[in-house]
Amino acid sequence: MLHPDDNVLIAVASLAPGTEVSIEGRRHQLQEAVPLGHKIARWDLPAGTRILRYGAPIGSLFAAVKAGDWVHMHNLKSDYLASHTRKGRAEEQ
Amino acid sequence: MSSSAKSNPPEWRAYPRADGRKGIRNVVVVAYLVECAHHVSRRIVSQVDDLDVHLIGFPGCFPNDYASRMMRAVCTHPNVGAVLLVSLGCESMDRDALQQAIVDSGRPAELLVIQENGGTASTIAEGVRRVRQLRDTLAGAATVPMGVDELVVGTICGGSDGTSGITANPAVGRCFDALVADGAACVFEETGELIGCENIMAERAATPELGELIQASVAKAERYYRTMGFGSFAPGNADGGLTTQEEKSMGAYSKSGSSAISGLIKPGDIPPAGGLYLLDVVPDGEPRFGFPNIADNAEIVEMIACGCHLTLFTTGRGSVVGSAISPVIKICANPETYERLSEDMDINAGKILTGQASLDELGEEIYRRVFAVAGGERSLSEALGHQEFILTYKSFEPIGPACLPLRQVN
Repeated sequence: MLHPDDNVLIAVASLAPGTEVSIEGRRHQLQEAVPLGHKIARWDLPAGTRILRYGAPIGSLFAAVKAGDWVHMHNLKSDYLASHTRKGRAEEQ
Repeated sequence: MSSSAKSNPPEWRAYPRADGRKGIRNVVVVAYLVECAHHVSRRIVSQVDDLDVHLIGFPGCFPNDYASRMMRAVCTHPNVGAVLLVSLGCESMDRDALQQAIVDSGRPAELLVIQENGGTASTIAEGVRRVRQLRDTLAGAATVPMGVDELVVGTICGGSDGTSGITANPAVGRCFDALVADGAACVFEETGELIGCENIMAERAATPELGELIQASVAKAERYYRTMGFGSFAPGNADGGLTTQEEKSMGAYSKSGSSAISGLIKPGDIPPAGGLYLLDVVPDGEPRFGFPNIADNAEIVEMIACGCHLTLFTTGRGSVVGSAISPVIKICANPETYERLSEDMDINAGKILTGQASLDELGEEIYRRVFAVAGGERSLSEALGHQEFILTYKSFEPIGPACLPLRQVN
């Protein structure tokens, strides 16, 4: 955790699917791989939630996530400019 | 940072220049003035095969004030001892004015025009002869002591990932805080990669007016990138766990440390005194020439044009670039990347994630590395012969007086 207000946590090692993690005193099994440096939801969060990292907003969820879910381009988008991957613009995929 | 590092900043030997600045290197630059002279210039540099002979240039045939200003700035950079200009002959870069500006700065400057010199092979042979002569002229040049308060250091991140903002970037921030406290000028940049940080950044400005200008410069960057259709966000950033522009921005922002922001400068402006400066790299006016900076080295060149003696380059995914003119120190944020690319990485900031070092210790390691490289030790990219250089078309309005409030006070 980078800031007490944050609603996502950062993986400091690459985690395989099925890895058990403890978040806010509850155990969760990771549904998917979470590579080093990627984000995991700290709580259950509804769509539209502003995601905080470093205590600062880094975008809004466009899909609900559960605690322990991987948070990335498939559920989080910029409040400023669209991100893009090798396949195209993030929100168009 | 330990107090001993701060109370007793080191001194080293450097090359004095006529304008009062000092160089930590004494390189010969070979500069092509249009793409049509690139091949000849490259052959000259590769045949001389010397780590202190660097190839730079501007590819465009059509005139551009920004490009002319940048070429003058980098050819008269304190790390440059002498220049060979290579012209095709019909391009629009004003080669005589450029040569005169270099001569006026107290440096030897030679000019070869391919169309007047017998063609490709003849110009290469003559260029090699002239560069060897210039190297001989510079050999044994006198040096003088140089202190931290005469040093200008830039920072950039490239190939950022989810670890950059946790390890390497805040560690550079600690190093910047110590350098600024010692009186150095430190430059951070890329307003397009600070989208989302404009308000917290404005609060650190030396004056409220400067704070408003910083906010306006980020708003300009957002407008510009919106027209381009993309932010400053590459696929590798997403592979590495970054999802949005503002997430990348917050990580990038931590390179600036916690000092007050003394000024907002544009490419080619030299910081007037020690302190922390934000470099606005996004062109003014309607978007005209495409992306503000097509790749990391375009920004490094702009920081060099602002007088940066060396650049601290943080990377998570693992960039390998260096630069012409000013050495690049590579600070790797991600411990997995460091394992893969240690031959290119000067510093392993991934140690913070594996619990082998604290942010403060890493900041101090970077601080010490700055002085080692300033004192003549080669950075890894420099020793590997990395001499990337990118200069493209842009247009800027000059900065106003409110951008450098401390100069007004003095």
